[in-house]
Amino acid sequence: MNKTWWKILGSVLVIYTAIAGLLLGVPHLPILNETIRNLYFHVPMWFAMIVLFSISVFYSIKSLSTKSEIDDIKAVESVNAGIVFGILGLVTGAIWAKYTWGQFWSFDPKQNFAAISILLYFAYLILRNAIDEEQKRAKISAIYNIFAFPMMVVLLFVLPRLKDSLHPGNGGNPGFNSYDLDSRMRMVFYPACLGWILIGYWVYTIRFRLRSLENKQQHN
Amino acid sequence: MQLAKEVKYLIHKEVLLEWRSKYTINGVLLYVVSTIFTCYLSFVSLGDKLTWNALFWIIMLFASINGVSKSFLQETKGQQLYSYILASPAAVLISKTVYNTLLMLVLTTIALGFYTLVFDSFTPPDLVMYYVAVVLGSISFSTVFTMVSAIASKAGNGGMLMAILSFPIIIPVLILLIKLAKNAVDGLPWENSYDEIAMLLVVNVLMVATSLLLFPYLWRD
Repeated sequence: MNKTWWKILGSVLVIYTAIAGLLLGVPHLPILNETIRNLYFHVPMWFAMIVLFSISVFYSIKSLSTKSEIDDIKAVESVNAGIVFGILGLVTGAIWAKYTWGQFWSFDPKQNFAAISILLYFAYLILRNAIDEEQKRAKISAIYNIFAFPMMVVLLFVLPRLKDSLHPGNGGNPGFNSYDLDSRMRMVFYPACLGWILIGYWVYTIRFRLRSLENKQQHN
Repeated sequence: MQLAKEVKYLIHKEVLLEWRSKYTINGVLLYVVSTIFTCYLSFVSLGDKLTWNALFWIIMLFASINGVSKSFLQETKGQQLYSYILASPAAVLISKTVYNTLLMLVLTTIALGFYTLVFDSFTPPDLVMYYVAVVLGSISFSTVFTMVSAIASKAGNGGMLMAILSFPIIIPVLILLIKLAKNAVDGLPWENSYDEIAMLLVVNVLMVATSLLLFPYLWRD
C-alpha cells in the first residue's frame, strides 16, 4: 500500500460523496425529509471505525507472537484513528437524532452501546498510559485489546437487535434498503463507505509513520 | 488429565486458604449486607420493584468487583512464581475462575436471601428464574473479572484500573442480567427469556475461550 493511487481514489470518492450527497436527489419521506442524506456521512464513519479496530486487533495478535515494537505502534495508532471515527459517528448520529427523534441523546440502546464500545477503547488507551515499561505495555495492552474486541462486536451488532431501538434497521424500523427503491442512494452510499475507509486507513498510516519517526529520534 | 488434577489441587488450595482466614468471604458479605442496608435506609420511599431489581444488580456488581479482584491483585510476586513453577497457566486460570464462581454463588445466594428478607415487597413471583439469573450472573462476573484482575495486577496499578477496564466489558452482561431478572420480577413465562439466557451463555463461552487463549501470554513475564 505504498502507492499513491488509493489515496487519490479515497480523496476523490470523499469529495464526490460530499458534493453528490448534498445535491443529488433523494427519496422524499415523512419525518426523515432531507436528513436522509446523513446516511452518506454517518454510516461510513462506523465502517471506517470497524476496519481500523480490526486492523488494531490483527496487529495486537501479531505483536503477541513477534514481540516487535512496530506491530505495537501499528495497533495503538489504528485505535487512535478509529476512536476519532467513532466519535464522529456518535456526533453525526446525535445531530441527526435531534431533527428526527427530537433530542440529541435519547438513551436509545444503539446510542448507548456505541458509546460504551468507545469507552472500551478509551480504557485501552488509559491502560497503556498506566504502564511505563515498553515491552510489558505492548504485551498487556495487546491482551486487553484482543479480550475487548469480541465484546465490542457483541455491543455493536448483537445486543441492539435484542432491544427496541428507534434506529433505522433495528426493532422493526425499516433500514435504508427499503427506502431506496430506485437505487439513487446506492450510487452515493457505497462510494462513501469505500472513500471513508480509505481515508481512515490513510490517517492511520500517517500517524504510524509519525510515531515511528518520533521513536527513532528518542532512541538515538 | 494432568490439567484436571492441577485444577483440582489449586481449587483445593484456594478454598483452604480462604477457609483459614475467612477474610474475603466475610469481608464481602459484610460489604453486601451493609450496602443493602444503606440502600434500604436511603430509598425507603421507593416502591417500584424494577428499581429494586436494578439496585440489587448494582450492589452485586460492586461486591463482585471487590471479591473477585482479590484473586490476582492480592497475591504476592512469590506466590505467583510458586504457582508458575507448579502448574500450567490454563490450570491457574480455570481454578481461579471456578473458585471465584463458587465464592460468588455463595455470596449472591446469601445476598438474595437478605434482600428478599429486608424488602418483602420485592420477592419475585418466579423465584426459580430469578435464581437462574443470579447463577448466570455469578458465572459471568467471575469469568470477566478474573481475567481483568489478572490484566490489572500485571499492569501494577490495582483498584482504579480494575474498574476502568472491567466496566465497559461487564455493562452488556449486566444489561442482559437486569433484563432477565426483570422478566422474573414481572412473572413472564420462560419462553420470553430464552433469548437472554442463550445470549449470556454465548458471552460466557466467548469470554472463557478468549481468556484461556490469552492468559498464557499474560502469565509469562
